[in-house]
Amino acid sequence: MTKKNTSTNTTASMEDAAVKGKGSAAETLFGGKAKPMFTGKLSPVKMALVGLLMVVLLLLPIYLQGMGEVLLLASFVLIGLYILLALGLNIIIGYAGMLDFGRMAFYAVGAYAAMILAIPLANLMGDNLSQFAFPFVLIGSGIVAAFVGYLLSLPVMRLRGDYLAIVTLGFGEIVRITIQNNPFNITNGLLGLPRSGDVLPWPPFFEWLRENVVLVMGNEFYFTVTRNVYWYYMILLVLIIAIIVVRRQDNSRLGRSWAAMREDEVAATAMGVNVTKAKTWAFVLGAFWGGAAGACFGFFQGSVSPEPFTFLNSVIVLAIVVIGGMGSIPGVLLGGVIIMGFPELVRWFAMNHLGGGGGDIGGQVANMRNLLLGLFMVIMMAVRTEGIIPMKPKLHKLYGKGKFGGTDGAADKAAEAAPSSKGGAN
Amino acid sequence: MAKTETQGYLMQAIDATIQFGGLRAVDSVNMNITAGTIVALIGPNGAGKTTFFNLLTGIYTPTEGEILFEGRSVSGKKSHVIADWGISRTFQNIRLFKNMTALENVMVGRHVRTSSGPFAATFRTPSFKREEKQIQEDSERWLEFVGLIEHANDLASSLPYGAQRRLEIARALATEPKLICLDEPAAGMNESESADLDELILRIRDELGITVFLIEHDMKVVMNLAEYIYVLDFGKLIAEGVPAEIQSNPAVIAAYLGEGGAEALVEERRKKKAAERGEEYKPLDTHGAPAGTMAEAVQTSDTAAAAPATAVMDSDGVVMVAADENKGE
Repeated sequence: MTKKNTSTNTTASMEDAAVKGKGSAAETLFGGKAKPMFTGKLSPVKMALVGLLMVVLLLLPIYLQGMGEVLLLASFVLIGLYILLALGLNIIIGYAGMLDFGRMAFYAVGAYAAMILAIPLANLMGDNLSQFAFPFVLIGSGIVAAFVGYLLSLPVMRLRGDYLAIVTLGFGEIVRITIQNNPFNITNGLLGLPRSGDVLPWPPFFEWLRENVVLVMGNEFYFTVTRNVYWYYMILLVLIIAIIVVRRQDNSRLGRSWAAMREDEVAATAMGVNVTKAKTWAFVLGAFWGGAAGACFGFFQGSVSPEPFTFLNSVIVLAIVVIGGMGSIPGVLLGGVIIMGFPELVRWFAMNHLGGGGGDIGGQVANMRNLLLGLFMVIMMAVRTEGIIPMKPKLHKLYGKGKFGGTDGAADKAAEAAPSSKGGAN
Repeated sequence: MAKTETQGYLMQAIDATIQFGGLRAVDSVNMNITAGTIVALIGPNGAGKTTFFNLLTGIYTPTEGEILFEGRSVSGKKSHVIADWGISRTFQNIRLFKNMTALENVMVGRHVRTSSGPFAATFRTPSFKREEKQIQEDSERWLEFVGLIEHANDLASSLPYGAQRRLEIARALATEPKLICLDEPAAGMNESESADLDELILRIRDELGITVFLIEHDMKVVMNLAEYIYVLDFGKLIAEGVPAEIQSNPAVIAAYLGEGGAEALVEERRKKKAAERGEEYKPLDTHGAPAGTMAEAVQTSDTAAAAPATAVMDSDGVVMVAADENKGE
């Protein structure tokens, strides 16, 4: 990071006159050397990229259905759910700098809370309105998970690093095993929820969409909103909301207190950051998204049972954050697509194009997908420890002088002017 | 403790003690700091200076005695509460938030004077936006005060050493302290950097009216700035007074040069002089002589040429101990 910055400074000052103010299209495209971007604002190029990505994401289901690859959409939903989980975990690990191996605990709590909340709520809302129970259930499950996150934060407040990891790991297992054992007949043990006879309410507009929206192009192309298509768009929507909210929280006083805590806890408290409060908020807000993801998962599947909430899956979420880039939302998105998408893609490719089945090549390649993923992770951690898209420092447009300190050559001039910057050690 | 007992002092240490196992790192220290002064805390390595700062800022809790700030006891209070009361500090081994920009570092310092929470941040309420803007504007002013505004968007770790020290001071100032504790601010600085620092510290006191409490090994900085000096050795307060008193205090000289250090110094000089004059060297009978005499003898010697490496003479003829580069304590 340091080296990169310095080199930008030098280049900027050398080409000072040429570059300043103008900045050709090429320069803007390749890293925006001329015009540094401030945090919270997207450059036109980035905006266009995001727009393009959105269009692709919106049209993808239509294309896939046209190609007859409907099952692949279910994988995309799963990727989206894990990205949502990773976004929550990113608050705890990336922003606040605490290790958490128990992501599945909140996922499970959210999923079960959704199952438990949905049926009475749907009954309460009546037949016509029951489809709108889902948004309330989603938020409710998030809040329940957030409360569990708060409870977890109480005993672990004084722990850090490995010890925190061990406790959260244990917590994840405790939640799963507790659910399996059906305490007070709430979770229905291994059979899961909803119990036989209970029916989950439809998510909003699903019935209407399924019956009414059919896109016809000529005779051979038509588009129906199946369950997978519906949840694809729903998860996409929840993800977008989550990204906006998490970004806002990161770019705030609370986000700064997390960053300060992550960088140096002693210095942070000495500067007046209430570390207990910041840690609690990190756990609560991180758990909220875990719970929300759980609720989506439960509704998407139509039922939940304890099996998916294993330690291995917690580690996968952790890997998404670490490999994608801790504290970096684009990193988490890309990490999620790679870690979750890679094995699914390998399996899909092997099954469909290498001949499927247990015995032949397709099945063997599909079985090797986790091995390949492991190899990829080892290479990543050896070559690029900070993640695929590392966290960026937050740059602010200055109010005082309307100047951008640091990257446009002004810093170099300042260094010449201020004698105190000369000959500094280090 | 009632406010009336403070007798107008901003900070008071009353028999402040901290014991780590068998070691009394700070041992019954009594100290009074008047508002608006620059006070220095000096002493050899391992004397307990930084530990005393840690007591004052709530990182440790005194095992005995008390430290009062504006009449309130800091014992058992969390660091962030003490920061809220108005004690801010810098660290001996710079503890900036390395992966944050200079501006963001200072903005963290504003934390204690602002209040918006996660919900305001999520919904970007008008009051949140106003407060964020205010935080940034204030932080920019602090950066400007220490002369780092041009580096606002540079990573803290990419700044030159002297700038990092000043950034730490800006961050501490951003908490709007009444008392700022600087832990070896001049350590590792060259002449011109430490001269700039002197000026900055004076400005903190004169322009902002903030009381300055500093630990420093650079005696030039201490003697230039401090109006009152406390000297710690092995956790105990061995001397206090205005700089002139401290310079001639035999206990202080002994602490820095070791027991009999002053005698050794004089002995050395006499030997050399004797050699120059071609006379036979006669050892001085120092045993039983009051230590004050020794210190005087040191002061009245004419040249620093023969001084051992650990001690130097400044232009006033006062024995000084060279700034210790060793940062570990």
